[in-house]
Order: sequence, then C-alpha cells, then structure tokens
Amino acid sequence: MRVEGVSKHFGEGETRVDALRDVSLDVFPGEVVALLGPSGSGKTTLLNVIGCILDPSAGTMELDGERVLHDGQWQRGDLRRLRLDKIGFIFQAHNLLPFLDAIDNVTVIQQLAGTDAGTARKRASQLLDDLEVGHRKHAMPAKLSGGEAQRVAIARALANSPRIILADEPTAALDSKRAGIVMDLLRKLAIARDAAVITVTHDEKIFDRFDRIFELRDGRL
Amino acid sequence: MNLAYRDIRHNLGRFLLTCLGLGLLLGVVLAMIGIYRGLVVDALTIARAPAVDLWVVEANTRGPFAEASRIPGDTREAIARIADVTAAGSLTYQTVETEHQGGKLRLYVIGHELTRPGGPPEIIEGREIARSHYEMVADRSSGLTLGKRIRLGRNTFTVVGLTRHQVNSGSDPAVYITLADAQKLQFDLAPAAARVQRARGASGANLDTVNAVVARLHPNASRDATATTIRRWKHLAALTQDEQEVILSRSLVDRARRQIGLFTSLLLIVSAVIIALIIYTMTMEKLKPIATLKLIGAPDRTIVGMIVQQALALGLIGFAIGAALIVGVKEHFPRRVVLEPDNVAALGVVVIAVCLLASALGVRAALKIDPATALGG
Repeated sequence: MRVEGVSKHFGEGETRVDALRDVSLDVFPGEVVALLGPSGSGKTTLLNVIGCILDPSAGTMELDGERVLHDGQWQRGDLRRLRLDKIGFIFQAHNLLPFLDAIDNVTVIQQLAGTDAGTARKRASQLLDDLEVGHRKHAMPAKLSGGEAQRVAIARALANSPRIILADEPTAALDSKRAGIVMDLLRKLAIARDAAVITVTHDEKIFDRFDRIFELRDGRL
Repeated sequence: MNLAYRDIRHNLGRFLLTCLGLGLLLGVVLAMIGIYRGLVVDALTIARAPAVDLWVVEANTRGPFAEASRIPGDTREAIARIADVTAAGSLTYQTVETEHQGGKLRLYVIGHELTRPGGPPEIIEGREIARSHYEMVADRSSGLTLGKRIRLGRNTFTVVGLTRHQVNSGSDPAVYITLADAQKLQFDLAPAAARVQRARGASGANLDTVNAVVARLHPNASRDATATTIRRWKHLAALTQDEQEVILSRSLVDRARRQIGLFTSLLLIVSAVIIALIIYTMTMEKLKPIATLKLIGAPDRTIVGMIVQQALALGLIGFAIGAALIVGVKEHFPRRVVLEPDNVAALGVVVIAVCLLASALGVRAALKIDPATALGG
C-alpha cells in the first residue's frame, strides 16, 4: 500500500484544522507497522483515509497495485466493495455483531462478499480453529472473554483474505501476555497471507513486535 | 444469512413483548372498527328484518325509528289493495324496561300480525307464536330462554321461540309479540289513568293504531312509483327500504358513528406514532453494529433490509396477535362487534403501510451513520 502526499483538513479560514499534512508512507505485504502519536495527532484520521471511509483533501493512494485515490479524488465509486474485498478491520472493542455467534460473525462478512453460505461457514470454522477459538464458535460475543473476542474479530478481519489489515488499538483491552500473543498472531497471519498490517497503538508493551513504527505529530509523519 | 431474523432471535423475549404490546393496541383499533360496523349493522337489522320494499308511516315524519309515527290500524288494508303490493303488515315498535332475574332488562318490543310481514326473520330454537295473546319470540341476547315467563306492562308473556341478531340501534334485544298485545301494551292506559280520563270526559283512546305498515311489492314493480302513489294520501308518508336504511345509518346513529369513526382514526394515528417510535428505537439501539456493518463493507440494501424486515415482522406479528385477541373475545362485548374480512384486511394493509413508513425513519438514521464511528476517535 502506498500513500503519497495525503492531506486532510477540517473547516475553512480561522476554523481550519489540518489533521494530516502531506503524509506519505509505503507498507509492504507481510509487514506489520505501527502508527504512534499523541491524541489529536491524526492517527485515526490517517487510518480512516487508508480505510477509505474518510475523504482526504489531497493526495494519492495505491492499494494492491490499484490507484484508488488520485489528487484527493476516489477513483472508485464502490468504496464499500473495496473495503469488503481488500481491507480487514480490527477494533479496540472488537465490535463483533452482538446478535451473531462467533462463527456467524466470521461467516457474514464472506457472505456479504458473495461467498456461498456453506463455503463461508467452512472457512470461518477453519479460521477460528487456526486462531484457537474454534471451541467457542457457537458462543455469543457477550459470552466471550476479551482475548477470545479479539481473536474472533481477527478471524473476521481475515475472512475475505484482505491485502491490508487496519487495527485500531487491538491490544488496548488485553493484558501484556495476551497483547503479545495477539500481535504475534497478526504477524504470523500477515506473513502467511501476504497482507500488510497497520496498527494504531499507544501500547508500549508491544512496540518490539513491529517492523517499523511511524510517529505522527500535528498531522505530519 | 438473515440479519433481521438473527437480531430478533437474539432479543426474542423483548421482541415478543413489544409485539404483544403492539398487538393489544391494534386489537383495540380492530375492536373500535368492529364496534363502528356493529353500530351500523345493529341500526339496520330491525329495518331489514321484515324484508319489505316500502314503509308507510305518519305524514311528515321519518318514522318509525327516527321519529314517532302513529297511523290508523286499517291503513294496512288500504295499502294491501294497491296494485303491485303482494303483502302488507302492521307493526308497532316500543322500548320496554322490565324485571328479569332480579335486574332491569330493556327490550325492544315489536308487535306484528301473525302470517304477515314483520315477524322474526328466523327461529333458532322453539317455535313461532301460535296463540293470539301472551306469547313471545325473543332475541337470545336478551338472556331469555324457552318457557321463561316475563311481565310486560300488565300482562305476563311466555317465551316460545328464540331468534338471533335482532337488536335495535341502541343494541336493546328485540322481542316479538302479536300486534294486538303490542297495541294494548303501547296504548292501553292503566286502570287508574283510564278512570281519570273518563272522569275528564275524554273518550277512550283508539287502540287500533300502529307505528308503521310495511309492504312487499311485486318483483317487477317500481318502489318509487308505489311510494309516490301512497304519498297522495295526505295523512301518510311512504319511504322505500333504501330511504329507510339511509335514515337509520346517516341520521339515527350518525353522531355515534362519527364519534366512533373519529376515535378509531385517532387510535390509528396513535398506533402509527407508536410503531414509528418502536422501530426508530430498535434502530437507534443498533447504531454501533450498523456502523460496523457499513465499515466492513455491507451494502446499504443489507442494512435497509434488516430494518424493514424487522419493522414488517413487528407489525404483522402484532397485527396477528391483535386480530386473534379480538376474534376470541368479540362475542363477550356488550354491543355487537362486526369484523368483516375486508375490514381486517384493510387494517392489515394500513399496518404494513405504517410499518414501511415508520421504518423510513429508522432507515434514514441508519444510512446517516458514519462508518468511522465504529472505529472510535
């Protein structure tokens, strides 16, 4: 994934706030990188732009060899489809759908992408087994521990074999041991599936798990 | 994977309770519609019972239901002689309150000539009146049973037959007695009052008075033409059956009908607002999952489908509960509740339309959610 000269500002004139200023970065398949920075530095804004959910003011972005952003304009009308096929999301609070059990949370995203129910369910089961939560596949999210829920969320993020995984504070709710396990798991999966992982974090105990660390200050990388 | 069904299943108890609450509300709406229809049907029942074409009443009146009407008893013979009239009968109508099983019983007494038009339309138990005096056929809603003896005026009558669905516009059950008994009941003075009248020099009131004469016409005869012929007798007025029904439904019960109609409309509006609020609240409770769905790439149609399907499920289950409830208890209402399939179907269509409109609020809220809210920050 390549980002070049991405800027984002909110408001105009005296109320203008530059959240991102001419940000450029490359992330390669199998690489796990971190975005650090104090609150308000632009980490989440950058994550939203890379996740194609926030329109940037300027810049260019390539994803899996496809130019999806040029001069601040999205080059595709179906950004949701792009997210579904190429981007996996992992959230701080895991954000599993509360009305689906673990396996259906992993199945639904595949069905949304057009995979038939049988194939999707089989693949979901395999992913949960790989992440060592297969024994909890019929548990509802409310019944899962923090670590189990985060593993199910990782399985969901991986379900459509995305090229890039965006993780927003994925270890914030975990103790250091489990945080380390989750990050090692992400690294293993990134290498195995040839995907890039971009993680927003404040969690110092996992800094040693990243290939590169980018620091944002006042919107500059 | 049906997300609407999964969400409902996840919160099944709460969803069913919501459906039950909505069902009770829709049941009340259905009951009001049934009462509204029952009021009109009740008003028309007595007028339709004789199955006649013409009503002959006192001149310048719209009797015998909307206004008082008294005409001579021999009018029937004059009417029967008119060309195209195949049968005619004299009738009296009056409301009487009597004692029954230690309580008050209001009855709508219909006096008719045996073998002539105006008698009970059907006998569901017992027999027709066979004797000239002191026998009656009662509507079963009166609570009277065969062989029961009941006092009307100064005489005691025996119930010899039962009929059904024969009530007046006030829902008082009808009882049929002979014309002679009815005239005595309506016009005969109590002994003390009669003595006072004789002392004043007033002659005894003519008992041979009736409230209306009904007539059946030859199938090819014109009702209007025959009515016009009768109106030439200046002391009489003639109404066709259609005119009589219009008077009953538009005049006699008009205010009650409009009041119930207005109340039903208000209930429908309240139901619509409540359905809209329920669906909106259900959607607002799912904002985070909806934002997550949007973020991971779910198309709008998946989210809209989830909300609309839940709204329709809520409306249809609530409607089914309400309809089942009212069908189950309608016989226990003091007034007749008439639920025709077309009324029920019409309310069903209204409920579906309301649910679709109400879900629009929820859909709007869902589509406005920024998927970035799932990420936080």
